[in-house]
Amino acid sequence: MNAQSAEFSSEDRIGAMLRTERMPHIWCPGCGIGSVVTCFVDAVLRSGIDQDKLVVVSGIGCSGRVAGYVNFDSIHATHGRAIPVATGLKLANPELTVVVISGDGDLMSIGGNHFVHAARRNMDLVVICINNFTYGMTGGQVTPTTPGSATASTTPYGNYEYPLTLPFLADACGASYIARWTSLHARNITQSVEEALTRRGFSFIEVITPCTTLYLRRNRLGDGVDALQYYQSNSEILHGIDTRETAIELQGKIAVGKFVDRPKPTYLDAVTRCNAKLIGDDYQLYGKTEPEKKAEEAKKAEHPVTSGHP
Amino acid sequence: MLKQCEGSHAVAATVALCRPEVICAYPISPQTHIVEGLSEMVRDGTLQHCEFINVESEFAAMSVAIGASAAGARSYTATASQGLLFMAEAVWNASGLGLPIVMTLANRSIGAPINIWNDHTDAMSMRDAGWLQLFAENNQEAADLHIQAFRLAEELSLPIMVCMDGFILTHAYEGVDIPTQEQVDAYLPPYEPRQVLDPREPVSIGAMVGPEAFTEVRYLAHAKQMQALDRIPQLAAEFRQQFGRDSGGLIRTYRLEDAQTVVVALGSVLGTIKDTIDDLREAGHKIGVLGITSFRPFPTAAIGDAVSHVERVVVVEKCFAVGVGGIVSRDVRTAMREHPHPIYAVVAGLGGRAITKASLRQLFLSAMADELEALTFLDLDHQAVNRELERERLTRRSGPIAENLLRDLGVVAARVG
Ligand SMILES: Cc1ncc(C[n+]2csc(CCOP(=O)(O)OP(=O)(O)O)c2C)c(N)n1
Ligand code: SF4
Ligand SMILES: [Mg+2]
Repeated sequence: MNAQSAEFSSEDRIGAMLRTERMPHIWCPGCGIGSVVTCFVDAVLRSGIDQDKLVVVSGIGCSGRVAGYVNFDSIHATHGRAIPVATGLKLANPELTVVVISGDGDLMSIGGNHFVHAARRNMDLVVICINNFTYGMTGGQVTPTTPGSATASTTPYGNYEYPLTLPFLADACGASYIARWTSLHARNITQSVEEALTRRGFSFIEVITPCTTLYLRRNRLGDGVDALQYYQSNSEILHGIDTRETAIELQGKIAVGKFVDRPKPTYLDAVTRCNAKLIGDDYQLYGKTEPEKKAEEAKKAEHPVTSGHP
Repeated sequence: MLKQCEGSHAVAATVALCRPEVICAYPISPQTHIVEGLSEMVRDGTLQHCEFINVESEFAAMSVAIGASAAGARSYTATASQGLLFMAEAVWNASGLGLPIVMTLANRSIGAPINIWNDHTDAMSMRDAGWLQLFAENNQEAADLHIQAFRLAEELSLPIMVCMDGFILTHAYEGVDIPTQEQVDAYLPPYEPRQVLDPREPVSIGAMVGPEAFTEVRYLAHAKQMQALDRIPQLAAEFRQQFGRDSGGLIRTYRLEDAQTVVVALGSVLGTIKDTIDDLREAGHKIGVLGITSFRPFPTAAIGDAVSHVERVVVVEKCFAVGVGGIVSRDVRTAMREHPHPIYAVVAGLGGRAITKASLRQLFLSAMADELEALTFLDLDHQAVNRELERERLTRRSGPIAENLLRDLGVVAARVG
């Protein structure tokens, strides 16, 4: 952070990271997506990561519009394809911090396959899923996270399918960091995102948010404030809880907190380790600059085999 | 019964009368209201003996339809744009297997740049996929074509896409005559599959075929589409007899008898074209219209006959093949081999750009004076294009074209999406 921007108030610093020329944004009054954006941007500031090396990738949906409003390099991928696009970015330039911000439909329905495999590989990505239990952009249809018995435009008399429990899914697939908050938990979201930005490997943060216009209205759950009140009285901070215990029922309890934080070698570590074994110590992932090489050598002295790209 | 309703709801109500047994869909604008309407009817019992499943993607939608159809169920889905592309592998699979699935395509453009508005790029991307493709001019026809489509698809054992313009038709309210269940039952017999998974008589659907028979299997698909060239007009005639109105058929002509110039188009833009032609006729111009209802199979002979007397053809198409030009116009040219008149390809209405009477009038006047280029882009902003080319000439890292153009035009972000 340079001296000049340090003089700005926190709001101004956040404002500087948004593409204000694109405002007003498309989100409805009371929608929770905006809160996630604010927390994310705040976390970027606090983490001190190099913003010039940050890329935000979104898919399609109301949540998918985040990529267009943040003032970082960003890609608005096709529906469901945010994670593979992010994977490509990370592999082509491992120095980038790659963050995926997208919706429950985008990441878990049409793109669910990619989520499973990126987590399995422990790919170095931060994935933030804005879970509003519906396809907001297309008019409020049922998604794989819609709680049982909730109504949606395609389940007019209630959903009868089993929903996915996202932290459990991420856990089963091998994600190394998993947290869940609601859009009420602004400080916690910021803290988790900040942590995730500085972690390596696949970090997953689910944020439960209100879709006021469709999900809340159709289920007669009131407005945005009612949603926040529901979050307040029904969420329970349960750090480290078994992710099998994190299922959400319609207007039921919401387990929030940091559920998993288990550093383990990432995909790039694995590539490096495998190739170093084959090629020897000369192997360098994508080639390195001098300072990077030196830093790596220092590290290598400590851990001869697992050394890899930071 | 005449009902004032949204195009999507007219289609949903009519599809329900066709007694589909499995409906599978993933939402995408502007298709959503059709499947929401159907899900409502399944849930409230209006549509019985039907399973409605909310699948996780279009790829799943078409794959579920394939499975359901192979098990002998009348299967229906609907999609648009990106959704059609995402299901592409299964789209080819359905036709290759010869499964009579009916799908509504609420025509929408294809990204990037992402755009939710109407044109025919989606349908054209699958024009060679082995499906029959019927284009509706208005909501009545959109509804009626579905009844004919189920009948024809099942007769031929081939899948059919009913194309209706996204928003322009799907979201427009007009009076639509929704037939009775008895009328539809009288026209559309129960589905008698040509191939079905039945444990009493096991078959294998989807056998691998090598060079020894691949050409023949593909040829048979073509031969069936050629049969459809005879069946489509017959089914339309039968439809007229039973329902009392004209819908479907291969082509539709308007004021073509003594025309020297003919305008060819597909879908709802035919309405605006006819209005423009009425004005030009009043001013003494000999100009007429030919609408293509069946784009696949392509009615080569019918078009050739209908335009044999004209002097020039103007094809107004809401799509184009980058690197070549028109798509519809190339097919029309094959129909004109015996009458080598000038054919003008006009690309119009891409990504929802309005096709106005004023622009069409100007266009047709230039065509009649033979002043048109072989390929024209209606209302193209040449200056904006040139400014972008200039930016690209000046700097290597000129950036994303879509964003540049929006900035250039002062619309930083697209307003709706
Ligand atoms: C292949 C494809 N299918 C369907 C769509 C239509 N579509 C756009 S956004 C969306 C759902 C978005 O839901 P979600 O990711 O939960 O985001 P939200 O709008 O709820 O924030 C769908 C189905 C599309 N763009 N592409
Ligand atoms: S439709 Fe729902 S998710 Fe989309 S902006 Fe509105 S409130 Fe938010
Ligand atoms: Mg959602």
